[in-house]
Amino acid sequence: MADPLTGIANWLENLLLGWGLAEGFVTFLLAVLGVLILVVFLLVIDIILVWVERKVVARFQDRLGPNRLGPFGLIQPVADIIKLMIKEDITPIGADKLLYNLAPPFAMAAVLLIWAVIPLSSSVLGADINVGVLYIVAVGSIGTLAIILAGWASNNKYSLLGAFRTVAQMISYEVPMVIVLLVPVLLANSMGISDIVNSQGVWNIFIIPLGAIILLITAIAEIGRTPFDLLEAESEIVAGFHIEYTGMKFGLFYAAELLHALTVGALFATLFLGGWRGPYADQFPILGVFYLFLKAFIIYYVIMWIKYTLPRIRIDHMLNFNWKILTPVALTLLIVTAVTDKLIEGVSPVLYVAIMLIINVVIAWVIVTILRNYTKSERKRVGEERPVAQPPMETPISGLD
Amino acid sequence: MTAVQIIFIVVAAVTLGAAIMVVTTRKLLHAAIWLILTLFGVAIFYVLLNAGFLAVAQVVIYIGAIAILMIFAIMLTRQLAIDIGPQVNRGWPWALLISLLLFGSLIWLFSNWSGVSTELPTLSSRVDPLRELGVSLVSPNAYVIPFELVSVLLLAALIGSIIVAWPRKENED
Amino acid sequence: MIPLSWYLIFAAALFCIGLYGVLARKNAIAILMGIELMLNAVNINLVAFWRYRAPDMIAGQAWAVMVFAVAAAEVAVGLALFISIYRTRKTIAADEINLMKW
Repeated sequence: MADPLTGIANWLENLLLGWGLAEGFVTFLLAVLGVLILVVFLLVIDIILVWVERKVVARFQDRLGPNRLGPFGLIQPVADIIKLMIKEDITPIGADKLLYNLAPPFAMAAVLLIWAVIPLSSSVLGADINVGVLYIVAVGSIGTLAIILAGWASNNKYSLLGAFRTVAQMISYEVPMVIVLLVPVLLANSMGISDIVNSQGVWNIFIIPLGAIILLITAIAEIGRTPFDLLEAESEIVAGFHIEYTGMKFGLFYAAELLHALTVGALFATLFLGGWRGPYADQFPILGVFYLFLKAFIIYYVIMWIKYTLPRIRIDHMLNFNWKILTPVALTLLIVTAVTDKLIEGVSPVLYVAIMLIINVVIAWVIVTILRNYTKSERKRVGEERPVAQPPMETPISGLD
Repeated sequence: MTAVQIIFIVVAAVTLGAAIMVVTTRKLLHAAIWLILTLFGVAIFYVLLNAGFLAVAQVVIYIGAIAILMIFAIMLTRQLAIDIGPQVNRGWPWALLISLLLFGSLIWLFSNWSGVSTELPTLSSRVDPLRELGVSLVSPNAYVIPFELVSVLLLAALIGSIIVAWPRKENED
Repeated sequence: MIPLSWYLIFAAALFCIGLYGVLARKNAIAILMGIELMLNAVNINLVAFWRYRAPDMIAGQAWAVMVFAVAAAEVAVGLALFISIYRTRKTIAADEINLMKW
């Protein structure tokens, strides 16, 4: 069955070659066209994400959400965008104009660049590089750069403080994320993402569920969502590094954050849920795209679920959690997976999956036990008798009775 | 002029221009931004040289960690928010002279060597450079010992920098 | 198409620009930036020689990886030193930190 996307690409290529253009130029033109189509598609999905976000948060909070504009409030995101665009564009005095204007596009670019290596179907892939996983880490660090530029260029002490804390959190959580990203690489024997997807006969989430959980936690910390969102919540240092941004520049930060959440969903789906794989995805590649986005939206829903259920974590608890719990667990998982994978080579697939699953459960149980004992000892230590303040003695007021 | 040559010249011009801005600009933070642009240009050169892993590692290590560390250090070590005074010390004409002399002598050295105009050899497609690199870094008759030594060096740097930058406990009074 | 000489000239130029930065700048962090430029120039040299003269031997790329690691370690320790110096001397201009014990 002819793949519609490849068919259209071939027809366009023949058309352009027929017009007499050079071959290298035609390849370049088609690449630019592919990039444009993908970016426009993602930005349109970003608009839909605004609506999804507001409806879902409303339902979690037992209310209806926007329902005035259009059926089910579907025109609401358009109204939001128009509002952002007609707002006054204020640049604070003393702000470094170049960096101030450069930061929002950088933040958006850091998210869009990740989609270059995610295979959308068996035949649609932006760039088939053999170091795809490392590329994703590299591009994530560009987002960190955008935040610190935004914090500095706003000429605002609190914005700078917020940017410092954001960057500290993001680079701390990169460490367990990179370690956990190595586990699917280990199982697939290659860093290229299309190889990882092709090797998932059994989805990776059944083989290394602990790795999936750690990736979800670290990715939520990377994108700055609750419970890790003290960087940008309104009650914490007045909204963090994007205090001084108004209008469409703030809109870019906001849109980049939503799209980043969906990108994390797509990444998780690609590495752990089999990506575009599903029934009949080989014969009809367009189904591959549908499956990928279905899985990505399910993970996005889980991320939103976590966001609107859990309270915020304090920054010292957050960094403690990262360095004392997540990093050792990720390292242990990597080492145990590597050793087990080598030891049970050549075993039937069902037994392989069962053994890896059991090992993951064992590690998780050990960690939970350690944490439980630690919490018990902490509670005992904190719950000691401490002198409590006494109210002042009742003195009768003379003259009144 | 093939497309690759045009790309090379454009990227080289941008990278060298950004490098000159790094060493001449007055505002230190702008120098850090130009440094990021230079490092990015160098990463593009790694891609042109078929060293894809090094290109991505360059972005992760240099731009994602070292440049951000430098920006942090710049922000933490300034008393005023603006840079005042000249940013070059008294001997800068001598520095310029030494750099130009060194550049001239390097060019003269290259022109005397016959191998300088080697053309690009084709890589054999059987061998995957990434896999070769990985195997060579852990194989006992390749470079596992330098690899382990470098990891010990990184550990020493990690512990050393934490201890050096630890705030001193002032005398309790 | 692109002979080896282009890469070597580019690396030499980058090295000399970094050298000027190291010798002429006052601020210690600017000197560190110059050192980074020089290390990058050396890396480009290594990888260009690997690609053009000995693509079968992986030594060129392995050496470049070692240079990455050494540069990262050096920047970390250097910046820690600068922060420590700034705490006591309140300055990191290289020509003002010229007495061993103040």
